[in-house]
Amino acid sequence: MSQTLDSISLHQLVEISAIASSAIAPKLSEMGLTKGQKIKAIFKAPFGDPIAYEINGNIISMRKEEAMQVEVQMA
Amino acid sequence: MKIALLGNPNTGKSTVFNMLTGLRQQVGNFPGVTVDKKQGSIKTPNHTQQLIDFPGAYSIFARSLDEQVVQDVLTNKEHTDFPDAVIYVADAANLERNLLFFSQLYDLGFPILLVLNMWDRAQRKGLRIDIEKLQQQFPAATIVTANARVAIGKDRILQALDQLQNGDRTPFFDLDLTTLQTDSTQTDNTNARLDKLRNIGLVQNAPTTPVNSSTRLDRILTHRIYGYLIFTAVLLVIFQFIFSFASIPMDFIDGQFVRLSAWGAANLPEGLLSKLITQGLIPGIGGVFVFVPQIAILFFFIALLEESGYLSRVVFIMDRIMRPFGLNGKSVVPLLSSVACAIPGIMSARTISDWKERLITILVAPFMSCSARIPVYTLLISLVIPKTYIGGILNLQGLVLFGLYALGILFALGTAFFLRLIVKSGKPGFHLMELPEYKAPRFYNVGIAVYEKVKIFIFDAGKIIVAISVLLWALASYGPSSRETKLNELKVSASYTKASPSQQQELENSLLLSQSYIGHFGKWMEPAIAPLGYDWKIGIALLSSFAAREVFVGSLATIYAVGDDTDNNKRLVQKLRDEKNESGQVVYSLATGASLLVFYVFAMQCMATLAVVKRETNSWKWPLIQLAFMGIIAYLSAFVVYQVLL
Repeated sequence: MSQTLDSISLHQLVEISAIASSAIAPKLSEMGLTKGQKIKAIFKAPFGDPIAYEINGNIISMRKEEAMQVEVQMA
Repeated sequence: MKIALLGNPNTGKSTVFNMLTGLRQQVGNFPGVTVDKKQGSIKTPNHTQQLIDFPGAYSIFARSLDEQVVQDVLTNKEHTDFPDAVIYVADAANLERNLLFFSQLYDLGFPILLVLNMWDRAQRKGLRIDIEKLQQQFPAATIVTANARVAIGKDRILQALDQLQNGDRTPFFDLDLTTLQTDSTQTDNTNARLDKLRNIGLVQNAPTTPVNSSTRLDRILTHRIYGYLIFTAVLLVIFQFIFSFASIPMDFIDGQFVRLSAWGAANLPEGLLSKLITQGLIPGIGGVFVFVPQIAILFFFIALLEESGYLSRVVFIMDRIMRPFGLNGKSVVPLLSSVACAIPGIMSARTISDWKERLITILVAPFMSCSARIPVYTLLISLVIPKTYIGGILNLQGLVLFGLYALGILFALGTAFFLRLIVKSGKPGFHLMELPEYKAPRFYNVGIAVYEKVKIFIFDAGKIIVAISVLLWALASYGPSSRETKLNELKVSASYTKASPSQQQELENSLLLSQSYIGHFGKWMEPAIAPLGYDWKIGIALLSSFAAREVFVGSLATIYAVGDDTDNNKRLVQKLRDEKNESGQVVYSLATGASLLVFYVFAMQCMATLAVVKRETNSWKWPLIQLAFMGIIAYLSAFVVYQVLL
């Protein structure tokens, strides 16, 4: 079952399966979010948005609407 | 030769720039946009070259104002800033992602030097980087390692610059980048490049988790309660410094310029030129320098917070709150700084990478009640607000003061909300950003940041401020020839001849101001401001306080002939209380006072802010629009308040 990145729970390691095409898609790739990469949410801002993710040893902060562009599956 | 310094954000690029150029750097804008362009000369063993520091970017495919500049310059050979060679700074501890942009630049054909920065950190993390393999993949590039934070690598970089290979090469990834225009072709290219980079197997022992201490700290600093508490505490410290300590150097600067004026008046030959210098020019320049302590203190703290990595956490916790108003987390620091002074606040809006969000932040920042409004608020509140306690506890005067601050914040956010609907923007703003690891700030970088902001303010905004203040001085100090007649009439009047010499001087000053060009203009516009409850005397004070809001108090003191010493505030308040209009009513009634308070919350009564907005938006269009809408809001709300309270 696939989910989008905004809905995964904290500290759950997932694998990126697809990124929706949009103006922000190249930016997501540049930040290292590409298909097959492992990622997990590590903490959230108050109100649950934005969310901080860990990928390749980096911390990336994303708004929910941005994380929604990223499709993931259980790693 | 022109050399571009490029790299991702948070790679220590500016530290490399500072290491290579030291204080031999100038800051300006890239042509046509307000994106910082830092330039400095560097001496390689054989040449002297011009190094241009570009904004940090993740790739050549632009999505922000900063990245657009990078794209525009690097893909246009005719551009005045098109570089002959590139120094690319990469974070060695984060190599594969950093190499993406590098590989794009390599394929664009620039002679290129790759600096693997933060080499020590990569080693400490146990990373094994295969430089030979890297060199095999990018044979036309020169590769050096550095650790700019402790000034290691300067000589290596300078020497390598003389030995860069020219543009001929087999591309790393065989594609013409400049033809990729759509979102999907750009994404595909990026993904394929990253795959190729990852498959080289450059890095062994790559970390899979960030440093533990960093995330533990993050849990506290971004916590829904502690996060805001800590941020509030940080703000309190900053404001404490600005309000309590900035006044010491400000008073000193003020005093020195007053002394300089006095010295000039005593030593220069009498005449128009001498007056222009001692009364117009010197106070005008003083009016520029007096802002320096506030700007320096604020940017000291902002640079400190930015260097340490904390500022991006502030953005993180404030983003959701600011978004409904068309602003983002990055607008928080400019807006809150504006409570001290809108000038450094607006200057700090440069960190907002989305142009629309930056513009809106700049346009609404002056609604935040700055420290220059305090003397005006204090005078008017003590004049018309009774010193009573509500419910025996809440001081009414204090409550009104609080209300004025709240009103400013409310209108800043409200106006932002409307501007969001009006201002056009090319691309949607996004938040996606890196939260860099926490680092001990380097004071050398902090010092340079402060020095540069001060320099920009003095030289760029300063010219406009001096020009407007000389103009205002001339209008307030000269008048039509009828002024002399009026002065002679005063000198033979009974009230004058009976007065003491100091009172005579005050009466003369009062008459000279009210008969000046500004005075006549104030009288001429009385019908326009009468619906707000103001007479021509208030009109004069409003006009002259365009120089700076606190001038309002001094102007009233001059008009009412009480001497413009702040110690005379009591005398001034008494005089204003006694003031009656022609039909015998009190001029400074509650309605008029409240109307004036509201007017000062909203009106753009600050030429220095106007000058800085001109500098930061690169045109007169936005400061004039701002002047207009702030003026209209001020006029209408003052009108409503007066008519309701009347």
